[in-house]
Amino acid sequence: MIINQLSVFLENKSGRIAEVLEVLGNENIRITALSIADTSEFGLLRLIVSDPEKARAILKEHHFTVNISDVISVMAPDEAKYYAKILKILSDLEISVEYTYAFSTGKKSIIILRCTDNESAITALKDHEMELLKASDLYKI
Amino acid sequence: MMDFWNRHFECMDRDNLKSVQSERLRETIDRVYFNVPFYRSRMQEAGLGPESIRSIDDISKLPFTTKNDLRDNYPFGLFAVPMSEIVRLHASSGTTGKPTVVGYTRNDISTWSEVMARTLTCAGANRHDFIQIAYGYGLFTGGLGLHYGGEKIGASVIPVSGGNTSRQLQLMRDFGTTVLACTPSYALYLAEAIHESGISLDDLKLKAGVFGAEPWTENMRREIENKLKIKAIDIYGLSEVIGPGVASECMVQDGLHINEDHFYPEIIDPETLKPLPEGATGELVFTTLTKEGLPLIRYRTRDLTKLNFKKCSCGRTMVRMDKCLGRSDDMLIIRGVNLFPSQIETVLLDIKEINPHYRIIVDRINNLDTLELQVEVDDEFFQDKISQLQSLREKLQNNLESATGLGIKVTLVEPKTIERSEGKAKRVIDKRIY
Repeated sequence: MIINQLSVFLENKSGRIAEVLEVLGNENIRITALSIADTSEFGLLRLIVSDPEKARAILKEHHFTVNISDVISVMAPDEAKYYAKILKILSDLEISVEYTYAFSTGKKSIIILRCTDNESAITALKDHEMELLKASDLYKI
Repeated sequence: MMDFWNRHFECMDRDNLKSVQSERLRETIDRVYFNVPFYRSRMQEAGLGPESIRSIDDISKLPFTTKNDLRDNYPFGLFAVPMSEIVRLHASSGTTGKPTVVGYTRNDISTWSEVMARTLTCAGANRHDFIQIAYGYGLFTGGLGLHYGGEKIGASVIPVSGGNTSRQLQLMRDFGTTVLACTPSYALYLAEAIHESGISLDDLKLKAGVFGAEPWTENMRREIENKLKIKAIDIYGLSEVIGPGVASECMVQDGLHINEDHFYPEIIDPETLKPLPEGATGELVFTTLTKEGLPLIRYRTRDLTKLNFKKCSCGRTMVRMDKCLGRSDDMLIIRGVNLFPSQIETVLLDIKEINPHYRIIVDRINNLDTLELQVEVDDEFFQDKISQLQSLREKLQNNLESATGLGIKVTLVEPKTIERSEGKAKRVIDKRIY
Protein backbone atom coordinates (compact mmCIF):
# COMPACT_ATOMS: atom_id res chain seq x y z
CA MET A 1 0.00 0.00 0.00
CA ILE A 2 3.06 2.20 0.24
CA ILE A 3 3.64 4.16 -2.90
CA ASN A 4 7.02 5.43 -3.98
CA GLN A 5 6.96 9.09 -4.79
CA LEU A 6 9.83 11.00 -6.39
CA SER A 7 10.90 14.32 -4.88
CA VAL A 8 13.14 16.59 -6.89
CA PHE A 9 14.90 19.62 -5.39
CA LEU A 10 14.65 22.63 -7.68
CA GLU A 11 15.93 26.14 -7.44
CA ASN A 12 13.39 28.79 -8.34
CA LYS A 13 14.62 29.25 -11.87
CA SER A 14 12.39 29.36 -14.89
CA GLY A 15 12.46 26.29 -17.10
CA ARG A 16 13.52 23.81 -14.43
CA ILE A 17 10.22 21.92 -14.19
CA ALA A 18 10.08 21.66 -17.97
CA GLU A 19 13.58 20.14 -17.95
CA VAL A 20 12.55 17.45 -15.45
CA LEU A 21 9.49 16.56 -17.47
CA GLU A 22 11.40 16.52 -20.71
CA VAL A 23 14.00 14.14 -19.31
CA LEU A 24 11.29 11.78 -18.05
CA GLY A 25 9.26 12.09 -21.23
CA ASN A 26 12.22 11.14 -23.40
CA GLU A 27 12.48 7.88 -21.46
CA ASN A 28 8.75 7.14 -21.70
CA ILE A 29 8.15 7.50 -17.99
CA ARG A 30 4.46 8.14 -17.30
CA ILE A 31 3.46 10.67 -14.69
CA THR A 32 0.27 9.99 -12.76
CA ALA A 33 0.41 12.86 -10.34
CA LEU A 34 2.52 15.97 -9.81
CA SER A 35 2.59 18.67 -7.18
CA ILE A 36 4.95 21.44 -6.15
CA ALA A 37 5.80 22.79 -2.75
CA ASP A 38 7.67 26.04 -2.98
CA THR A 39 9.38 28.60 -0.80
CA SER A 40 10.70 31.94 -1.95
CA GLU A 41 14.02 30.34 -2.83
CA PHE A 42 13.57 26.73 -3.78
CA GLY A 43 10.90 24.21 -4.51
CA LEU A 44 10.18 20.51 -4.23
CA LEU A 45 8.61 18.81 -7.19
CA ARG A 46 6.74 15.65 -6.17
CA LEU A 47 5.87 13.07 -8.78
CA ILE A 48 4.16 9.73 -8.92
CA VAL A 49 5.51 7.95 -11.94
CA SER A 50 5.26 4.57 -13.63
CA ASP A 51 8.81 3.43 -12.79
CA PRO A 52 10.20 5.38 -9.81
CA GLU A 53 13.58 3.61 -9.65
CA LYS A 54 14.27 4.12 -13.32
CA ALA A 55 13.07 7.72 -13.13
CA ARG A 56 15.37 8.38 -10.19
CA ALA A 57 18.37 6.94 -12.04
CA ILE A 58 17.65 9.03 -15.13
CA LEU A 59 17.23 12.24 -13.15
CA LYS A 60 20.44 11.58 -11.22
CA GLU A 61 22.26 11.16 -14.50
CA HIS A 62 21.01 14.63 -15.34
CA HIS A 63 22.35 15.98 -12.03
CA PHE A 64 19.06 16.52 -10.27
CA THR A 65 18.83 15.97 -6.53
CA VAL A 66 16.22 13.24 -6.20
CA ASN A 67 14.81 11.29 -3.33
CA ILE A 68 12.18 8.57 -3.14
CA SER A 69 9.73 8.92 -0.32
CA ASP A 70 6.76 6.91 0.86
CA VAL A 71 3.21 8.13 0.48
CA ILE A 72 -0.18 6.46 0.61
CA SER A 73 -3.11 6.89 -1.71
CA VAL A 74 -6.84 6.62 -1.13
CA MET A 75 -9.66 6.54 -3.67
CA ALA A 76 -12.88 8.18 -2.52
CA PRO A 77 -16.04 9.61 -4.06
CA ASP A 78 -15.37 13.02 -5.53
CA GLU A 79 -16.87 15.03 -2.68
CA ALA A 80 -15.18 17.20 -0.09
CA LYS A 81 -16.85 15.43 2.81
CA TYR A 82 -15.00 12.21 2.03
CA TYR A 83 -11.64 14.02 1.99
CA ALA A 84 -12.61 15.59 5.30
CA LYS A 85 -13.54 12.23 6.74
CA ILE A 86 -10.18 10.73 5.82
CA LEU A 87 -8.33 13.57 7.48
CA LYS A 88 -10.55 13.32 10.55
CA ILE A 89 -9.80 9.60 10.95
CA LEU A 90 -6.09 10.40 10.98
CA SER A 91 -6.29 13.39 13.29
CA ASP A 92 -8.41 11.45 15.78
CA LEU A 93 -5.52 9.03 16.08
CA GLU A 94 -3.03 11.90 16.25
CA ILE A 95 -1.40 10.87 13.02
CA SER A 96 -0.07 14.05 11.42
CA VAL A 97 -0.35 14.69 7.74
CA GLU A 98 2.83 16.29 6.47
CA TYR A 99 1.23 17.14 3.16
CA THR A 100 -1.52 15.96 0.90
CA TYR A 101 -2.74 16.61 -2.60
CA ALA A 102 -5.57 15.21 -4.67
CA PHE A 103 -6.92 15.04 -8.14
CA SER A 104 -10.26 14.08 -9.58
CA THR A 105 -10.94 11.45 -12.21
CA GLY A 106 -14.60 12.38 -12.55
CA LYS A 107 -16.73 10.44 -10.09
CA LYS A 108 -13.80 9.44 -7.97
CA SER A 109 -10.95 11.38 -6.60
CA ILE A 110 -7.48 10.16 -5.80
CA ILE A 111 -5.94 11.47 -2.61
CA ILE A 112 -2.23 11.28 -1.87
CA LEU A 113 -1.09 11.59 1.74
CA ARG A 114 2.25 11.72 3.45
CA CYS A 115 1.85 10.99 7.16
CA THR A 116 4.32 10.99 10.02
CA ASP A 117 3.44 7.31 10.37
CA ASN A 118 2.26 5.89 7.08
CA GLU A 119 1.82 2.32 8.39
CA SER A 120 -0.55 3.35 11.18
CA ALA A 121 -2.40 5.54 8.72
CA ILE A 122 -2.91 2.55 6.40
CA THR A 123 -4.23 0.43 9.26
CA ALA A 124 -6.57 3.17 10.45
CA LEU A 125 -7.95 3.89 6.99
CA LYS A 126 -8.46 0.17 6.33
CA ASP A 127 -10.33 -0.14 9.64
CA HIS A 128 -12.70 2.53 8.36
CA GLU A 129 -13.06 0.64 5.07
CA MET A 130 -11.41 3.24 2.97
CA GLU A 131 -10.22 2.17 -0.45
CA LEU A 132 -6.43 2.23 -0.44
CA LEU A 133 -4.65 2.08 -3.74
CA LYS A 134 -1.57 0.08 -4.61
CA ALA A 135 1.16 1.55 -6.77
CA SER A 136 0.10 -0.63 -9.67
CA ASP A 137 -3.48 0.73 -9.38
CA LEU A 138 -2.24 4.28 -9.60
CA TYR A 139 -0.09 3.76 -12.64
CA LYS A 140 -3.13 2.43 -14.53
CA ILE A 141 -5.05 5.65 -14.11
CA MET B 1 47.00 77.14 6.40
CA MET B 2 48.04 73.59 7.14
CA ASP B 3 48.23 72.38 10.71
CA PHE B 4 50.39 69.60 12.07
CA TRP B 5 49.96 67.70 15.29
CA ASN B 6 53.66 66.90 15.56
CA ARG B 7 55.64 69.05 13.11
CA HIS B 8 58.95 67.74 14.49
CA PHE B 9 58.38 64.20 13.26
CA GLU B 10 55.84 64.72 10.48
CA CYS B 11 58.10 67.17 8.64
CA MET B 12 61.45 65.72 9.69
CA ASP B 13 64.34 65.74 7.24
CA ARG B 14 64.54 62.24 5.78
CA ASP B 15 68.19 61.70 6.80
CA ASN B 16 67.31 62.51 10.39
CA LEU B 17 64.25 60.29 10.13
CA LYS B 18 66.47 57.43 9.00
CA SER B 19 68.64 57.71 12.09
CA VAL B 20 65.53 57.81 14.31
CA GLN B 21 64.26 54.68 12.54
CA SER B 22 67.61 52.91 12.85
CA GLU B 23 67.86 53.60 16.56
CA ARG B 24 64.27 52.52 17.18
CA LEU B 25 64.71 49.36 15.11
CA ARG B 26 67.75 48.35 17.18
CA GLU B 27 65.72 48.83 20.37
CA THR B 28 62.84 46.83 18.94
CA ILE B 29 65.14 43.98 17.87
CA ASP B 30 66.67 43.87 21.34
CA ARG B 31 63.22 43.68 22.88
CA VAL B 32 61.90 40.91 20.66
CA TYR B 33 65.13 38.89 20.70
CA PHE B 34 65.27 38.75 24.46
CA ASN B 35 61.54 38.67 25.24
CA VAL B 36 59.81 36.70 22.49
CA PRO B 37 61.03 33.10 21.98
CA PHE B 38 59.35 33.00 18.55
CA TYR B 39 61.41 35.90 17.20
CA ARG B 40 64.61 34.70 18.87
CA SER B 41 64.39 31.28 17.23
CA ARG B 42 63.42 32.79 13.86
CA MET B 43 66.45 35.07 14.02
CA GLN B 44 68.75 32.26 15.15
CA GLU B 45 67.55 30.10 12.27
CA ALA B 46 68.50 32.94 9.93
CA GLY B 47 71.92 33.19 11.62
CA LEU B 48 71.10 36.60 13.11
CA GLY B 49 71.69 38.07 16.54
CA PRO B 50 70.68 41.51 17.84
CA GLU B 51 74.11 42.83 16.78
CA SER B 52 73.39 41.90 13.14
CA ILE B 53 70.93 44.78 12.86
CA ARG B 54 72.83 48.06 12.94
CA SER B 55 70.65 50.34 10.84
CA ILE B 56 67.28 50.42 9.13
CA ASP B 57 69.02 49.21 5.94
CA ASP B 58 69.66 45.85 7.64
CA ILE B 59 65.92 45.26 7.96
CA SER B 60 65.78 43.11 4.82
CA LYS B 61 67.93 40.47 6.55
CA LEU B 62 65.10 39.77 9.01
CA PRO B 63 62.51 37.01 8.49
CA PHE B 64 58.87 37.92 7.77
CA THR B 65 55.98 37.53 10.18
CA THR B 66 52.50 36.53 8.99
CA LYS B 67 48.96 36.35 10.31
CA ASN B 68 49.52 32.59 10.61
CA ASP B 69 52.34 33.22 13.09
CA LEU B 70 49.92 35.24 15.21
CA ARG B 71 47.42 32.41 15.02
CA ASP B 72 50.01 29.76 15.90
CA ASN B 73 50.94 31.77 18.97
CA TYR B 74 47.34 32.50 19.97
CA PRO B 75 46.47 34.30 22.13
CA PHE B 76 49.46 36.03 23.74
CA GLY B 77 52.51 34.10 22.48
CA LEU B 78 54.08 37.01 20.58
CA PHE B 79 53.67 39.59 23.33
CA ALA B 80 56.99 41.08 24.40
CA VAL B 81 55.98 42.19 27.89
CA PRO B 82 54.48 40.42 30.92
CA MET B 83 50.66 40.50 30.92
CA SER B 84 50.80 42.81 33.94
CA GLU B 85 52.05 45.52 31.55
CA ILE B 86 49.17 45.02 29.09
CA VAL B 87 46.34 47.48 29.63
CA ARG B 88 44.18 46.70 26.59
CA LEU B 89 43.35 43.78 24.32
CA HIS B 90 41.73 43.98 20.90
CA ALA B 91 40.99 41.18 18.46
CA SER B 92 40.05 40.76 14.84
CA SER B 93 38.85 37.76 12.90
CA GLY B 94 41.47 35.24 11.87
CA THR B 95 41.66 32.76 9.01
CA THR B 96 40.32 29.73 10.82
CA GLY B 97 37.99 31.06 13.42
CA LYS B 98 40.68 31.97 15.95
CA PRO B 99 40.87 35.72 16.30
CA THR B 100 44.10 37.68 15.95
CA VAL B 101 44.79 39.18 19.36
CA VAL B 102 46.70 42.41 19.93
CA GLY B 103 47.84 43.75 23.30
CA TYR B 104 48.74 47.35 24.19
CA THR B 105 50.87 48.67 27.02
CA ARG B 106 50.16 52.10 28.49
CA ASN B 107 52.84 53.52 26.18
CA ASP B 108 51.27 51.77 23.19
CA ILE B 109 47.94 53.43 23.94
CA SER B 110 49.77 56.73 24.13
CA THR B 111 51.49 56.07 20.76
CA TRP B 112 48.16 55.12 19.27
CA SER B 113 46.55 58.33 20.57
CA GLU B 114 49.48 60.28 19.11
CA VAL B 115 49.19 58.81 15.61
CA MET B 116 45.42 59.19 15.68
CA ALA B 117 45.84 62.82 16.76
CA ARG B 118 48.06 63.29 13.68
CA THR B 119 45.40 61.58 11.54
CA LEU B 120 42.61 63.83 12.76
CA THR B 121 44.80 66.92 12.40
CA CYS B 122 45.55 65.79 8.83
CA ALA B 123 41.80 65.95 8.23
CA GLY B 124 41.72 69.51 9.57
CA ALA B 125 40.25 68.68 12.97
CA ASN B 126 41.17 70.47 16.20
CA ARG B 127 39.91 71.17 19.73
CA HIS B 128 36.92 73.10 18.40
CA ASP B 129 35.52 70.15 16.48
CA PHE B 130 32.75 67.69 17.30
CA ILE B 131 33.82 64.24 16.14
CA GLN B 132 31.08 61.68 15.67
CA ILE B 133 32.59 58.21 15.81
CA ALA B 134 30.36 55.81 13.93
CA TYR B 135 32.97 53.08 13.76
CA GLY B 136 32.15 50.06 15.90
CA TYR B 137 33.41 50.16 19.48
CA GLY B 138 34.53 46.93 21.12
CA LEU B 139 37.14 44.39 20.08
CA PHE B 140 37.39 46.11 16.69
CA THR B 141 40.08 48.82 16.86
CA GLY B 142 38.17 51.39 14.78
CA GLY B 143 35.96 52.97 17.45
CA LEU B 144 38.41 53.25 20.34
CA GLY B 145 41.32 54.24 18.07
CA LEU B 146 39.44 57.28 16.78
CA HIS B 147 38.11 57.96 20.26
CA TYR B 148 41.53 58.31 21.91
CA GLY B 149 42.82 60.42 19.01
CA GLY B 150 39.79 62.69 19.25
CA GLU B 151 40.27 63.22 22.97
CA LYS B 152 44.00 63.78 22.49
CA ILE B 153 43.42 66.75 20.17
CA GLY B 154 40.83 68.06 22.62
CA ALA B 155 37.83 67.74 20.32
CA SER B 156 34.37 66.90 21.66
CA VAL B 157 34.07 63.20 20.98
CA ILE B 158 30.66 61.64 20.33
CA PRO B 159 31.11 57.87 20.83
CA VAL B 160 27.91 56.82 19.09
CA SER B 161 29.45 53.62 17.59
CA GLY B 162 28.10 51.98 14.42
CA GLY B 163 24.51 51.49 13.32
CA ASN B 164 21.24 53.10 14.47
CA THR B 165 21.12 55.50 11.56
CA SER B 166 18.27 57.66 12.84
CA ARG B 167 20.16 58.35 16.06
CA GLN B 168 23.28 59.15 14.03
CA LEU B 169 21.32 61.79 12.13
CA GLN B 170 19.74 63.23 15.24
CA LEU B 171 23.07 63.63 17.05
CA MET B 172 24.72 64.97 13.92
CA ARG B 173 22.15 67.73 13.70
CA ASP B 174 21.55 68.45 17.39
CA PHE B 175 25.20 68.35 18.53
CA GLY B 176 26.53 70.04 15.42
CA THR B 177 28.95 67.30 14.38
CA THR B 178 31.79 68.69 12.27
CA VAL B 179 33.84 65.54 11.63
CA LEU B 180 32.38 62.12 10.84
CA ALA B 181 34.41 58.93 11.32
CA CYS B 182 33.12 55.65 9.85
CA THR B 183 33.57 53.28 6.92
CA PRO B 184 33.16 54.97 3.52
CA SER B 185 30.19 52.76 2.65
CA TYR B 186 28.43 53.79 5.86
CA ALA B 187 29.20 57.43 5.05
CA LEU B 188 27.37 57.02 1.75
CA TYR B 189 24.52 55.25 3.49
CA LEU B 190 24.25 58.12 5.99
CA ALA B 191 24.38 60.65 3.14
CA GLU B 192 21.35 59.03 1.57
CA ALA B 193 19.57 58.72 4.89
CA ILE B 194 20.10 62.46 5.46
CA HIS B 195 18.66 63.19 2.05
CA GLU B 196 15.63 60.96 2.65
CA SER B 197 14.95 62.32 6.12
CA GLY B 198 14.53 65.79 4.69
CA ILE B 199 17.34 67.25 6.82
CA SER B 200 19.00 70.01 4.84
CA LEU B 201 22.79 70.14 4.70
CA ASP B 202 22.40 73.73 5.94
CA ASP B 203 21.15 72.30 9.27
CA LEU B 204 24.40 70.35 9.61
CA LYS B 205 27.92 71.54 10.31
CA LEU B 206 29.84 68.68 8.76
CA LYS B 207 33.12 69.72 7.18
CA ALA B 208 35.24 66.57 7.01
CA GLY B 209 35.12 62.80 7.31
CA VAL B 210 37.82 60.26 8.12
CA PHE B 211 36.93 57.06 6.36
CA GLY B 212 38.71 53.72 6.33
CA ALA B 213 38.64 50.01 7.29
CA GLU B 214 37.61 49.00 3.77
CA PRO B 215 38.73 49.72 0.20
CA TRP B 216 37.04 52.55 -1.69
CA THR B 217 37.58 54.37 -4.94
CA GLU B 218 38.00 57.92 -6.11
CA ASN B 219 34.44 57.72 -7.43
CA MET B 220 33.11 56.88 -3.99
CA ARG B 221 35.12 59.75 -2.58
CA ARG B 222 33.62 62.21 -5.05
CA GLU B 223 30.15 60.92 -4.31
CA ILE B 224 30.59 61.29 -0.55
CA GLU B 225 32.13 64.75 -0.93
CA ASN B 226 29.32 65.92 -3.22
CA LYS B 227 26.49 64.48 -1.20
CA LEU B 228 27.75 65.67 2.20
CA LYS B 229 29.69 68.74 1.05
CA ILE B 230 32.71 67.66 3.08
CA LYS B 231 36.35 66.79 2.58
CA ALA B 232 36.62 62.97 2.63
CA ILE B 233 39.95 61.76 4.03
CA ASP B 234 41.16 58.19 3.54
CA ILE B 235 42.75 56.59 6.58
CA TYR B 236 44.56 53.24 6.82
CA GLY B 237 45.44 50.87 9.58
CA LEU B 238 45.30 47.29 10.71
CA SER B 239 44.85 46.02 14.21
CA GLU B 240 48.02 43.89 14.17
CA VAL B 241 50.15 47.00 13.57
CA ILE B 242 48.13 49.25 15.93
CA GLY B 243 44.68 49.84 14.41
CA PRO B 244 43.70 53.04 12.59
CA GLY B 245 46.50 55.60 12.67
CA VAL B 246 49.07 53.75 10.60
CA ALA B 247 48.60 56.15 7.69
CA SER B 248 46.32 59.01 6.69
CA GLU B 249 45.75 61.37 3.83
CA CYS B 250 46.27 65.07 4.36
CA MET B 251 44.11 67.82 2.84
CA VAL B 252 46.10 67.46 -0.41
CA GLN B 253 44.53 64.01 -0.84
CA ASP B 254 47.45 62.64 -2.83
CA GLY B 255 48.45 59.48 -0.97
CA LEU B 256 48.36 58.46 2.69
CA HIS B 257 51.22 59.62 4.94
CA ILE B 258 52.58 56.67 6.88
CA ASN B 259 53.64 57.46 10.45
CA GLU B 260 57.10 56.18 9.60
CA ASP B 261 58.70 57.07 12.91
CA HIS B 262 56.49 54.35 14.44
CA PHE B 263 55.76 51.95 11.56
CA TYR B 264 58.44 51.22 8.98
CA PRO B 265 57.01 50.28 5.57
CA GLU B 266 58.53 48.12 2.84
CA ILE B 267 57.10 46.94 -0.45
CA ILE B 268 57.92 43.37 -1.45
CA ASP B 269 57.12 41.07 -4.31
CA PRO B 270 54.56 38.67 -2.74
CA GLU B 271 55.93 35.76 -4.83
CA THR B 272 59.70 36.13 -4.48
CA LEU B 273 59.49 38.07 -1.16
CA LYS B 274 62.28 40.37 -2.44
CA PRO B 275 62.04 44.09 -1.62
CA LEU B 276 60.88 46.13 -4.61
CA PRO B 277 62.35 49.47 -5.71
CA GLU B 278 60.72 52.78 -4.88
CA GLY B 279 57.48 53.33 -6.77
CA ALA B 280 56.87 49.66 -7.63
CA THR B 281 53.55 48.07 -6.68
CA GLY B 282 53.76 45.12 -4.31
CA GLU B 283 52.78 43.86 -0.89
CA LEU B 284 53.03 46.28 2.01
CA VAL B 285 55.12 45.04 4.96
CA PHE B 286 55.37 46.79 8.33
CA THR B 287 57.89 46.69 11.15
CA THR B 288 56.75 48.45 14.31
CA LEU B 289 59.49 50.70 15.72
CA THR B 290 58.06 51.70 19.09
CA LYS B 291 55.42 49.17 20.04
CA GLU B 292 55.95 47.34 23.35
CA GLY B 293 53.04 44.94 23.77
CA LEU B 294 53.06 43.29 20.36
CA PRO B 295 56.07 44.40 18.31
CA LEU B 296 55.91 43.07 14.76
CA ILE B 297 58.91 42.40 12.57
CA ARG B 298 58.33 42.61 8.81
CA TYR B 299 54.65 41.81 9.12
CA ARG B 300 53.04 40.95 5.79
CA THR B 301 49.81 42.96 5.49
CA ARG B 302 48.76 41.30 2.20
CA ASP B 303 47.64 44.74 1.02
CA LEU B 304 48.95 45.75 -2.39
CA THR B 305 50.12 49.33 -2.89
CA LYS B 306 53.13 51.49 -3.76
CA LEU B 307 55.15 54.15 -1.95
CA ASN B 308 56.00 57.73 -2.88
CA PHE B 309 58.92 59.33 -1.01
CA LYS B 310 58.57 62.84 -2.47
CA LYS B 311 57.86 65.62 -0.03
CA CYS B 312 54.16 66.45 -0.03
CA SER B 313 52.90 69.95 -0.79
CA CYS B 314 51.34 69.94 2.70
CA GLY B 315 54.89 70.09 4.09
CA ARG B 316 55.00 66.57 5.49
CA THR B 317 58.03 64.47 4.60
CA MET B 318 56.51 61.18 5.72
CA VAL B 319 56.30 58.68 2.85
CA ARG B 320 52.94 58.36 1.14
CA MET B 321 51.26 55.08 0.22
CA ASP B 322 48.64 54.81 -2.50
CA LYS B 323 45.13 53.68 -1.77
CA CYS B 324 45.36 49.89 -1.49
CA LEU B 325 44.79 48.26 -4.86
CA GLY B 326 43.81 44.83 -3.64
CA ARG B 327 45.11 41.91 -1.64
CA SER B 328 47.70 39.23 -2.20
CA ASP B 329 45.46 36.75 -0.38
CA ASP B 330 41.74 36.03 -0.55
CA MET B 331 40.60 38.12 2.41
CA LEU B 332 37.38 40.04 1.89
CA ILE B 333 36.38 43.15 3.78
CA ILE B 334 32.66 43.19 4.46
CA ARG B 335 31.23 46.23 6.24
CA GLY B 336 34.72 46.76 7.70
CA VAL B 337 34.92 43.17 9.00
CA ASN B 338 37.64 40.85 7.68
CA LEU B 339 36.40 37.61 6.19
CA PHE B 340 38.41 34.72 4.82
CA PRO B 341 36.63 32.15 2.63
CA SER B 342 38.34 29.48 4.74
CA GLN B 343 36.19 30.55 7.72
CA ILE B 344 33.11 29.69 5.70
CA GLU B 345 34.65 26.41 4.57
CA THR B 346 35.25 25.38 8.18
CA VAL B 347 31.57 25.88 8.97
CA LEU B 348 30.47 23.93 5.89
CA LEU B 349 32.72 20.97 6.70
CA ASP B 350 30.85 20.53 9.98
CA ILE B 351 27.50 20.14 8.24
CA LYS B 352 27.18 16.81 6.49
CA GLU B 353 23.96 17.64 4.61
CA ILE B 354 25.86 20.13 2.47
CA ASN B 355 28.47 19.56 -0.22
CA PRO B 356 31.68 21.46 0.40
CA HIS B 357 31.13 23.25 -2.90
CA TYR B 358 30.15 26.81 -2.34
CA ARG B 359 30.15 30.25 -3.89
CA ILE B 360 30.22 33.58 -2.09
CA ILE B 361 28.54 36.50 -3.78
CA VAL B 362 29.42 39.93 -2.43
CA ASP B 363 27.44 42.94 -3.51
CA ARG B 364 26.72 46.43 -2.35
CA ILE B 365 23.06 47.30 -2.14
CA ASN B 366 22.06 50.78 -0.93
CA ASN B 367 25.71 51.30 -0.03
CA LEU B 368 25.77 48.39 2.38
CA ASP B 369 27.72 45.24 1.65
CA THR B 370 25.67 42.10 1.29
CA LEU B 371 26.87 38.52 1.41
CA GLU B 372 25.19 35.54 -0.13
CA LEU B 373 26.47 32.01 0.25
CA GLN B 374 25.31 29.48 -2.32
CA VAL B 375 25.69 25.85 -1.30
CA GLU B 376 24.68 22.60 -2.88
CA VAL B 377 22.33 20.23 -1.10
CA ASP B 378 23.94 16.81 -0.74
CA ASP B 379 22.11 14.06 -2.63
CA GLU B 380 22.54 11.57 0.20
CA PHE B 381 20.86 13.76 2.77
CA PHE B 382 18.13 15.23 0.66
CA GLN B 383 14.68 14.38 1.95
CA ASP B 384 11.21 15.17 0.85
CA LYS B 385 10.66 17.87 3.47
CA ILE B 386 10.54 21.62 3.09
CA SER B 387 10.93 22.06 6.84
CA GLN B 388 14.12 20.02 6.83
CA LEU B 389 15.62 22.16 4.07
CA GLN B 390 14.60 25.34 5.81
CA SER B 391 16.03 24.31 9.14
CA LEU B 392 19.23 23.34 7.37
CA ARG B 393 19.38 26.85 5.96
CA GLU B 394 18.76 28.41 9.36
CA LYS B 395 21.38 26.23 11.02
CA LEU B 396 23.91 27.26 8.39
CA GLN B 397 23.06 30.95 8.79
CA ASN B 398 23.41 30.74 12.57
CA ASN B 399 26.70 28.83 12.45
CA LEU B 400 28.09 31.27 9.89
CA GLU B 401 27.06 34.26 11.93
CA SER B 402 28.72 32.97 15.07
CA ALA B 403 31.88 32.02 13.18
CA THR B 404 32.27 35.24 11.20
CA GLY B 405 30.24 37.86 13.03
CA LEU B 406 28.49 38.63 9.77
CA GLY B 407 24.92 38.07 8.65
CA ILE B 408 25.13 35.86 5.58
CA LYS B 409 22.17 34.94 3.43
CA VAL B 410 22.28 31.25 2.57
CA THR B 411 20.81 30.00 -0.70
CA LEU B 412 20.47 26.28 -1.35
CA VAL B 413 21.20 25.43 -4.94
CA GLU B 414 20.98 22.33 -7.08
CA PRO B 415 24.00 20.06 -7.23
CA LYS B 416 26.64 20.63 -9.88
CA THR B 417 25.48 24.20 -10.41
CA ILE B 418 28.63 25.49 -8.75
CA GLU B 419 31.53 25.34 -11.10
CA ARG B 420 34.16 22.66 -10.40
CA SER B 421 37.64 23.49 -11.39
CA GLU B 422 40.91 21.63 -11.51
CA GLY B 423 42.93 24.48 -10.15
CA LYS B 424 41.92 27.13 -7.66
CA ALA B 425 38.15 27.34 -7.77
CA LYS B 426 36.57 30.74 -8.18
CA ARG B 427 34.78 30.81 -4.85
CA VAL B 428 34.13 34.51 -4.55
CA ILE B 429 32.22 36.75 -6.88
CA ASP B 430 32.64 40.34 -5.76
CA LYS B 431 30.18 42.57 -7.59
CA ARG B 432 31.02 45.67 -5.59
CA ILE B 433 32.38 48.58 -7.56
CA TYR B 434 35.12 50.37 -5.70
